[in-house]
Amino acid sequence: MDRKPIIEIKDLTFTYITKIASEPAIRDVNLTIYEGEYVALMGLNGSGKTTLQLCLNGVIPNMITGDYIGTVLVEGKDTFETPVREMAKTVGMVFDNPAFQMSQMFVAEEVALGMESLGISHDEMHARVPKALELVGLAGLENRSPFDLSGGQQQRLAIASALAMEPKIVVMDEPTSNVDPIGKEEVFSVAEKLNRERNMTVIMAEHEVEVIAAYATRIVVMENGRIVLNDTPQEVFSHVEEFHRMKLRLPQVTEFAYQLEKDGIANFNGKYPITLSEAEAAFKGLLD
Amino acid sequence: MATPILKVENLQHVYPGGVVALRDVNLEIKPAEIIGVIGQNGSGKTTLVKHFNNLLKPTSGKVYFNGTDTAPLTIQQMAKNVGYVYQNPNQQLFARTVQEELEFGPRNLGVSEEEIQERCEAAVEFFGLQDLREKHPYRIGFPLRKLVGMASIYTMRPAVFILDEPTTGQDNVTTQTVYRLIHRLRDEGATVICVAHDMILLAEVVDRLVVLRDSLVIADGLPREVFANHTLLSSSHLIPPQITELSLRMRTDKDASSQIYLSVDEYVNAVKKSRMK
Repeated sequence: MDRKPIIEIKDLTFTYITKIASEPAIRDVNLTIYEGEYVALMGLNGSGKTTLQLCLNGVIPNMITGDYIGTVLVEGKDTFETPVREMAKTVGMVFDNPAFQMSQMFVAEEVALGMESLGISHDEMHARVPKALELVGLAGLENRSPFDLSGGQQQRLAIASALAMEPKIVVMDEPTSNVDPIGKEEVFSVAEKLNRERNMTVIMAEHEVEVIAAYATRIVVMENGRIVLNDTPQEVFSHVEEFHRMKLRLPQVTEFAYQLEKDGIANFNGKYPITLSEAEAAFKGLLD
Repeated sequence: MATPILKVENLQHVYPGGVVALRDVNLEIKPAEIIGVIGQNGSGKTTLVKHFNNLLKPTSGKVYFNGTDTAPLTIQQMAKNVGYVYQNPNQQLFARTVQEELEFGPRNLGVSEEEIQERCEAAVEFFGLQDLREKHPYRIGFPLRKLVGMASIYTMRPAVFILDEPTTGQDNVTTQTVYRLIHRLRDEGATVICVAHDMILLAEVVDRLVVLRDSLVIADGLPREVFANHTLLSSSHLIPPQITELSLRMRTDKDASSQIYLSVDEYVNAVKKSRMK
């Protein structure tokens, strides 16, 4: 794998300015993300996932100000010194509630909106809109209203709008918390496709551990603004007791394997199954 | 047999414009039951539950609350019987502070001031809202705002709670709070109807699942039975919890629903028991 750093976060601490003196939302964060990684951000609400994501395109500290210490380099560019508009060409953002992002009458306009703000020519926009819709499986819906789409379709439209700006990195904040199971599957498989086929770097905050285990190449776990675990899913999910302490859920098959090991029924030497197929293989013979 | 708290007879609902959202639905819900209503977006679940508190009126058919036809009752009259907690708390909350939000419902029902304060105390304690009482609901984060939405219905003490996707956007800690709430409501004698996609909630918390597809109830039974029905699940695009799926794949007798496990603990205990033999 090409190990080219695309994001480098160094000693980052950020505190929102509120009326009351508050604690830093993220503190002493050091993180290097390489091109083509699919990184899942985990942690309880309030652990700093969203704040960290907003630092990746410079919205923090350029639009949301506060006490900002440290540096974030995206493709070598310091996000503090680069206009947010400029960063949008590299980093696409998708939020948890797609309906909040929709503002236009037609799907095509929704996709074009971000490009307009980048000053991309009309001809170029016309070329990119169908391409972006095609990528997320919404080809041909240009003239529909965004509000007539299902939750999963709306979320994919939000992704298409981000993709039309042709970013190298797409950042998603709990992109499936408002869609049904089919919609979830749609969103995750689009993200996976972009990651695999286009080598796009995906950074996704998500609570659904079973899905994270199936798709992510790396997991970063945050607690009280700090990174506490940062490794492959296999390695991160082997820290079962750490997860219990943080009150985070593990994939059910991992929890199951851990419990059986604790009761002396099985032995995994710390390498617990994390997906259904791994579990099926691991338990064949054992549970018959 | 006790009178059902809710009974739906030959319910049909056609939206203006002719879209048929429900076709001939029949359902009986007992007091203190916990029901999960599942189905894809557009299957009719929300339309169905909105008939329980008169937010929607049947095109044809009947809805009974505790044996009484609800047709002549207004939404206000039904509000003290059936509380509806919205998926998005922004559709529900309007007061300037959390405390006012909690007081509004019972005051509107004519509950005494003393009783209102008692109920607020209980709600604040249970939902952990101690530090938020004087805050504006929109100044607190989405997950907690959602708990405020539930707390403000809780202070009205309705006999039936409808919870629309109570765990979306919640993390594991607040999700557990919601699960505990559901059990507590049942222990206090209330009926809880959850419209949800959260498969762990549907497997581990509810007593009974009602599955909707294309405006019809296509299954109504114990979670264990519903999750054992592969054809039904895949045709409704429902995925059982991972641990249930594992037990479905591992079971030796394909007809034994006794070999289907709905939670990690249940599966672990079953394995331990079979080892001891």
